[in-house]
Amino acid sequence: MKLKYKKKSLRYALITYAMVLAFYMVCEVMLRSGFMSSLMKGLLVPICYYSMLAVSLNLVVGISGELSLGHAGFMCIGAFAGAIFAQTAGAALPGWAELFIAIILGAVIAGIFGFLIGIPVLRLRGDYLAIVTLAFGEIIKNVINVVYLGIDSKGVHFSMKDSLSLGLEPDGVTIIKGAQGISRLPRNATFTLGIVLLIIALFIVLNLINSRHGRAIMAIRDNRIAAESIGISASKYKMLAFVVASAIAGVAGVLYSHNLSTLQSSSSNFGYNQSIMMLVFVVLGGIGNIRGSIIAATILTILPEKLRFLDDYRMLIYAVVLIVMMLFNSAPAAIDFRARMAAKFARHRNAGEVEDE
Amino acid sequence: MSSFISFLINGISLGSVYAIIALGYTMVYGIAKMLNFAHGDVIMVGGYVVFVASSTYGLPIWLSIVLSVVVCTVLGITIERIAYKPLRGASSLSVLITAIGVSYFLQNAALIIFGADTKSFNSVVDFPSISLMGGKVIISDETIVTIVVCILVMVLLTTFINKTKTGQAMLAVSADRGAATLMGINVNKTIAVTFAIGSGLAAIAGVLLCSAYPVLSSTTGSMPGIKAFTAAVFGGIGSIPGAMIGGILLGVIENLSKAYISSQLSDPIVFGILIILLLFKPSGLMGKQIQEKV
Amino acid sequence: MKKWRLAALTAMAAMALAACGGSSEETTAAATEGAETEAAAEADTEAAAEETEAAEGAVWTFGGTGPLTGTTAIYGTAVMNGAQIAVDEINAAGGINGYQVNWIFEDDEAGTETAVNAYNALKDQGMQVMIGTTTSGSCMAVIAETETDNMFQITPSGTTADITIPANVYRMCFSDPAQGTKSAEFIATHELATKIGVIYDSSDTYSTGIYENFAAEAQNRGLEVVAVESFTSENKTDFRTQLQKIQDAGAELVFLPFYYTEASLVLRQADEMGFDPLFFGCDGMDGILTLPDFDTSLAEGLMLLTPFAADATDDLTVSFVTQYQEQFGEVPNQFAADAYDCVYVLKQAIELAGATPDMSVSDLCDAIVAQMGNVSYDGLTGAGIQFTEDGEPNKDPKAVVIENGAYVLMD
Repeated sequence: MKLKYKKKSLRYALITYAMVLAFYMVCEVMLRSGFMSSLMKGLLVPICYYSMLAVSLNLVVGISGELSLGHAGFMCIGAFAGAIFAQTAGAALPGWAELFIAIILGAVIAGIFGFLIGIPVLRLRGDYLAIVTLAFGEIIKNVINVVYLGIDSKGVHFSMKDSLSLGLEPDGVTIIKGAQGISRLPRNATFTLGIVLLIIALFIVLNLINSRHGRAIMAIRDNRIAAESIGISASKYKMLAFVVASAIAGVAGVLYSHNLSTLQSSSSNFGYNQSIMMLVFVVLGGIGNIRGSIIAATILTILPEKLRFLDDYRMLIYAVVLIVMMLFNSAPAAIDFRARMAAKFARHRNAGEVEDE
Repeated sequence: MSSFISFLINGISLGSVYAIIALGYTMVYGIAKMLNFAHGDVIMVGGYVVFVASSTYGLPIWLSIVLSVVVCTVLGITIERIAYKPLRGASSLSVLITAIGVSYFLQNAALIIFGADTKSFNSVVDFPSISLMGGKVIISDETIVTIVVCILVMVLLTTFINKTKTGQAMLAVSADRGAATLMGINVNKTIAVTFAIGSGLAAIAGVLLCSAYPVLSSTTGSMPGIKAFTAAVFGGIGSIPGAMIGGILLGVIENLSKAYISSQLSDPIVFGILIILLLFKPSGLMGKQIQEKV
Repeated sequence: MKKWRLAALTAMAAMALAACGGSSEETTAAATEGAETEAAAEADTEAAAEETEAAEGAVWTFGGTGPLTGTTAIYGTAVMNGAQIAVDEINAAGGINGYQVNWIFEDDEAGTETAVNAYNALKDQGMQVMIGTTTSGSCMAVIAETETDNMFQITPSGTTADITIPANVYRMCFSDPAQGTKSAEFIATHELATKIGVIYDSSDTYSTGIYENFAAEAQNRGLEVVAVESFTSENKTDFRTQLQKIQDAGAELVFLPFYYTEASLVLRQADEMGFDPLFFGCDGMDGILTLPDFDTSLAEGLMLLTPFAADATDDLTVSFVTQYQEQFGEVPNQFAADAYDCVYVLKQAIELAGATPDMSVSDLCDAIVAQMGNVSYDGLTGAGIQFTEDGEPNKDPKAVVIENGAYVLMD
């Protein structure tokens, strides 16, 4: 029985990796043969970091069963940690070393914030947890948006008012300029790197789910009291999932900040709308279904871009598609209908096989 | 001192608008058990209907408001019928995402219909402001109307829920949907009525919001919507007096932190206080503590 | 049930991939051969045709991005429409160097990531020159892309100072330093006030940029900034608290470096409070008089720096405003005017360079950049506009004051 479970989960993991690799190969072939549009080329890295965000959020929402609306906050922390490193100590390093350290740094700092925020947040339930995570996400975004950071010969200067009050020496440089953010960043994130990071994230998440810890986390999700009664520490395991998810979101943020030349902590980048977008990936891909998260993130990153020919109606149609997909996927009536159709189809096929004989 | 009173009054007036929006949120949450993210956008629709009726077609203002309430009520019922009702019995997350889809839909439909330019809204109230402390503290007519309407709405709503049969049915559905069905209450109808009332309130909130802050665009409702959601949680989501108190407190905290701490960081401060409150009272100020059962 | 969901998703993934394959085929020519337009590529295949004939089917493709959805949709729409009018005029008059102009525009939602996507989408449609982006933040992201591709870019309205650092990027509007510094300078030299209050949008790159430069220059000029208040894009309706604090600090003049929609609220709320200082705005303030249903008496005495006034009486402005109103049903703001001017500046530079649409994007960029120093253009937003090597226009911001509901030039 245990063996069977292991085999099944191993197969699921292998198929998932194979799917990502196949996507990578197809894209590489298209890239190299010049058959890929500029738009698609530009979307390859975003697909990677949105997939990582969806996978990590699924760990919190699907596996651990906590509704989080603040995932973009962790991405924001990772992005700024990575970008500040790139503009300071990392500037002297070769590109790969800078990226490597930035990724580690992003993961660690986002993980620490995940832990700190997790202490109060994970005591709450359901919709209250949702609003508190939303609140944390907004706090992170708003606070970073007013931070001014500069470096000169005398050291690091920090202000929350304006760059004038940093009091920099003439040789100083302003790293973060409030709402204007960080600019002239290196753009050295590649699709290959994105895929590697995605596979590492998948490896961590899938292994966690299929481990003893993962089963403990799911047991808490399904029945907290029962799980606690057999000695599983609910807060410890929930925290584990939350911190791992935050760290992965931080890495996605580092990838994000190394993909564009500028980084601003604006609502359109890290606001609650972004967190909701990630939640849409998770719900549409199937709650708890890691592979589905990747597929949904990929489709929903491409879809709005592919709807550009609709001009003004683009976001309207996108909204309609979203509603229809939700109804089709989750409405009890639609599920019944699909089950009926499947049964009919199966019967039909059986009948056909009989005739063939 | 006079400044402090001014800050406080501004806060109360801002908070009253949050409170009316929060009332709609909290009713829908209490009865349908869903976060209706599209509520803020219904407010925006309400504002546009009044704008078009009074400004473009020159209807008298009372008629425009009535029209706005009617349109929003119908809109609320339609949304519920098409987007939410089929999902009854599905996970609450699915309903949440659908509500977000509806919110995107309303915003973008408004953008296409009314254009991207911001409309300046003519105030629907026009009588002199009240001047206190020798002109140092001024209470604008919009502020007075907002506060009065807010109290009125709360009283009417509470009476409706406690004294009418439909109101009692709402309470029953809110307490236990299964048992309510067994008692012969038409759950679908009750939820539809809730949406109708909530959306009608949204129309009134839209008029007040646009009178107090006279600009109107397709995203007018989204941030007040989120703030009101926060207010509803603050007061204990599902509780009508809670929404009222939560809304006003939120407005006052927001304004006082703007005044005495930092105008850049008023939102983080509001959210920070919300988090601290929820740590000590996990179901909000007036929310019911629900015992977990095995 | 799970299988169904996966099947549906996979089918959609396949469709999406198929779609990107399809669209890339169309643009293979552009992608592999530099960036000739499709029409030019077609013409190339007709080997027998003479050179002049081969180019006949060619068109210029100018592309732009800006927010067409979301809270700042008004600005992107204005840029799109303003440039459209210029392009229509040019096409009716025979095009640029005998070639018609094709104007394409994509929505960037004023975001950085989406702006890069929009830029790539425009590239796929054969864009040769970029007029954009509309907002400063997204512009900062796109300049890195155009620099890599060496595509000529002129922004009608991106004000952040750093935008024009790459050699291929020019600007039509005033930069943040130009406006912030000039405002402080103007206030000091005209001795308008000594105690100054500021309200700015701390979540917006444009507003923050101007404020920073204003504060620096105010310090140099000995102006006393007694109160600095801010708001964010999420809280941009209630300014009473900020105004109250500025009033308590005793400010005689309030500097408002942000857009007119929010400014209309500031003026109204100040009036309700009985607070009546001098108000001073920037180019974003333009449009306040034409805001529908706005009580323009509130704007009486408001001073602003502006390159464009929709109610000016010169022929060019009148014909532009009439045409815009006829076509789009709105009064144009300075974004539309800057975009209009961008198209004509490009026309002049291309004509000076004698360039043709069959040139590669990079060659075209070099040819235009070489001629930008020689451009001198009388447009909606200034007369005799010339460009410095840094990519800045030399036009000076003009201060106007609103008297009896109209702009009056101050000197």
